[in-house]
Amino acid sequence: MFDQLDALLLARIQFAFTVSFHFIFPAFSIGLASFLAVLEGLWLKTGKQLYLDLFKYWLKIFAIAFAMGVVSGIVMSYQFGTNWSVFSDVTGPVLGPLMAYEVLTAFFLEAGFLGVMLFGMERVGRKLHFAATLMVAVGTTISAFWILSVNSWMQTPVGFEMGANGQFLPGPSWWTIVFNPSFPYRLVHTVLAAFLTTAFVVGGVGAWHLLKDRGNLHARKMFSMAMWMAALVVPVQIVAGDMHGLNTLEHQPQKVMAMEGHYQSHPDGAPLILFGIPDSEAREVRYAIEIPKASSLILKHDPDAPLAGLDTIPLDEQPPVGIVFWSFRIMVGLGFAMLGVGLWSLLARWRGKLYDWPWLHRAALVMAPSGFVAVIAGWITTEVGRQPYVVYNLLRTADAASPLDAPAVGASLLAFVVVYFFVFGAGVWYILHLMHKSPHPGEFGVKRGDKGPIRTAGITPGPTQDPTDGSRRDLSGDKREPEERP
Amino acid sequence: MNIDLTIVWAFIIAFAVFAYVVMDGFDLGIGILFPTFEVGPERDRAMNSIAPVWDGNETWLVLGGGGLFAAFPLAYAVILPATYPLIIAMLLGLVFRGVAFEYRWRDPGHRRLWDTAFTGGSLVAAMAQGMTLGAMLQGIEVVDRAYAGSWWDWLTPYTLLTGIGTVAGYALLGATWLVWKLDGESQNHSRRLAKRAALATLVLMGAVSLYNVFLNAEYAARWLTAPEIWFAAPVPILTGIVAIALLRALSVARHSKPFWLSLMLFFFGMAGLGFTIWPNVIPPDVTIWEAAAPERSQIFMLVGVAITLPLILAYTAWAYWVFRGKVGHEGYH
Repeated sequence: MFDQLDALLLARIQFAFTVSFHFIFPAFSIGLASFLAVLEGLWLKTGKQLYLDLFKYWLKIFAIAFAMGVVSGIVMSYQFGTNWSVFSDVTGPVLGPLMAYEVLTAFFLEAGFLGVMLFGMERVGRKLHFAATLMVAVGTTISAFWILSVNSWMQTPVGFEMGANGQFLPGPSWWTIVFNPSFPYRLVHTVLAAFLTTAFVVGGVGAWHLLKDRGNLHARKMFSMAMWMAALVVPVQIVAGDMHGLNTLEHQPQKVMAMEGHYQSHPDGAPLILFGIPDSEAREVRYAIEIPKASSLILKHDPDAPLAGLDTIPLDEQPPVGIVFWSFRIMVGLGFAMLGVGLWSLLARWRGKLYDWPWLHRAALVMAPSGFVAVIAGWITTEVGRQPYVVYNLLRTADAASPLDAPAVGASLLAFVVVYFFVFGAGVWYILHLMHKSPHPGEFGVKRGDKGPIRTAGITPGPTQDPTDGSRRDLSGDKREPEERP
Repeated sequence: MNIDLTIVWAFIIAFAVFAYVVMDGFDLGIGILFPTFEVGPERDRAMNSIAPVWDGNETWLVLGGGGLFAAFPLAYAVILPATYPLIIAMLLGLVFRGVAFEYRWRDPGHRRLWDTAFTGGSLVAAMAQGMTLGAMLQGIEVVDRAYAGSWWDWLTPYTLLTGIGTVAGYALLGATWLVWKLDGESQNHSRRLAKRAALATLVLMGAVSLYNVFLNAEYAARWLTAPEIWFAAPVPILTGIVAIALLRALSVARHSKPFWLSLMLFFFGMAGLGFTIWPNVIPPDVTIWEAAAPERSQIFMLVGVAITLPLILAYTAWAYWVFRGKVGHEGYH
């Protein structure tokens, strides 16, 4: 086995590891940034302290998640050059500009306004502060736009010309490249996934506090908002996912073959394999539980439609089936579990038991991390399903790597693993610690409930505020924390 | 009119790198000097002076790297593998530095640990950046559009010198930034640090400049023969004038002036380096034209830069303006 641990495999493991870790944070912060903007907007509109409390509560969590996303993202932006230098050289003229646009239109926007969002509330006033929050939210979404355009182009490359030196050169229209065939589907599917990831985290935290105290108004609000998202967005996501799948069938048929476990062609209707163990040696799925003709029905909308299998693809152009088969099922399974929670919450609402049904709250709590798992599983499905190519059908992964020796890649991989588990483990621990505590009503004696006095000036005039010296004031609403902990 | 877009892009990348070096330079400098500040309010204020802006500052590094990938893909594909361990070390240093801003407030029980991570990360990132610069200047072996050297080529006495020089320079930026943003005894402490860092920086800048002349016959010819010398000569002369002004500014109570003079020192330092390697992007052989992306890519990006860069500079300036003045004693969190 160890002779296979060459520089290429190590570089692939390193990319998979660092991108999986990184992806967790933007998947969370894209949704959370929008949630914060909604909370602050509701606070400005209604003047209810409750929304401000929730805003401050989630802002602290956002700050940690965002910092982790930034530092792990910088690693990604340099990894194209360190481990995949041939890829960088040949795709740079096409993909480089898209990534440069991501920096110019998204990263600077997020980072530039983040400071004002985190620290500037009493320095710039409510409206400007809200504008800063909006800019951060918009920035995270623009970032998704560009990076998914890049990734989609690698999946469905169009609009290029081949140059000397094997370089991909841009063709006459950049819009063809940016809006490549799989991009709209991938963008919608991924951004919805980010929103759902956040919704289930918020819902899980709300559920956790409801289980401890059903009367907790902050928890009720969080839980209710999150369950609305789940009930309304999960069905949309399932439709979007289906359309994305049909698009993949059109442009990347062998990926769908691997997802479905279709080693063989089915000339008169393909079965839908629910579960089973793909065996690439024997080229069959063992112990398969399958619904006859259902795969043809889903993919072709005709139970008798023929579907080609991997036997029509040369062996050295086939993606690995096992990983893709399983990651796809994990993603879809979690999607339907999310749908179940969303529908359950509708039922609970209808029966007036949204806050009084502990089993629903337990289910929401269990589902809190489901978005992360689903997002990573979906990512693995689409990325591993593209193998053995890095640019689909045009550039093999094996031909894209840097001329590096295995020990160099191995040592850096080891360093990333050790540092990431330590640093991001600590960050996740701090986030869980913050979530463990309930958001509390404004720290200035506002009675528990959302009927506290509406603040007329500034945010929440407190003992430490002194507009004359311009000093920065506590925004977290949690100043006592350092003393509370040993 | 015939504008050479490749030259335009060379200047845009140079601008991004300069913006990164001076802006994240003072952030990293504060990290490097952090252990000399007293545990407690003094450290908290130093940290708070950059907490709202460090993230935007660091983004210039992404523009520098991403811009290089986009405008000079060959340079990106050669320089990063050639300096592989340095880049990895820099990235990991920046990981520790970046999370320290949040974690040290979240976990008072381990604040010492995260303060150490802040300093260690800053020091490693600064050293790695300086050594990467040195590795480029001393030349990178390229065969068939790929790095052809071995993996320790970057480690030489020269790169160690440029690394230490960068650490000293960042410390100078950090210290002068704190002279501006702090008051009282903390400001005096920062000024004492700034004086030492200024002397170290000037000595090391001189050493690197001298070394450059011996490094490569072309560099020597550029700096020491006519007619180039007439273009080159103003750089050391202006550097000298700025150096004297900086040392004088630091011996009297000044607020922002030492910081601006330090920026100018960096500007002339970088101008000198640019003059040394021009028009190569990978010395000794690969010119900017050989490494450049095709014109369609250059034009497409130039549109974006022309629209967004003024906006970025405007809202960045606004964010700095929001947090103007001396740092208060109140912490965040």
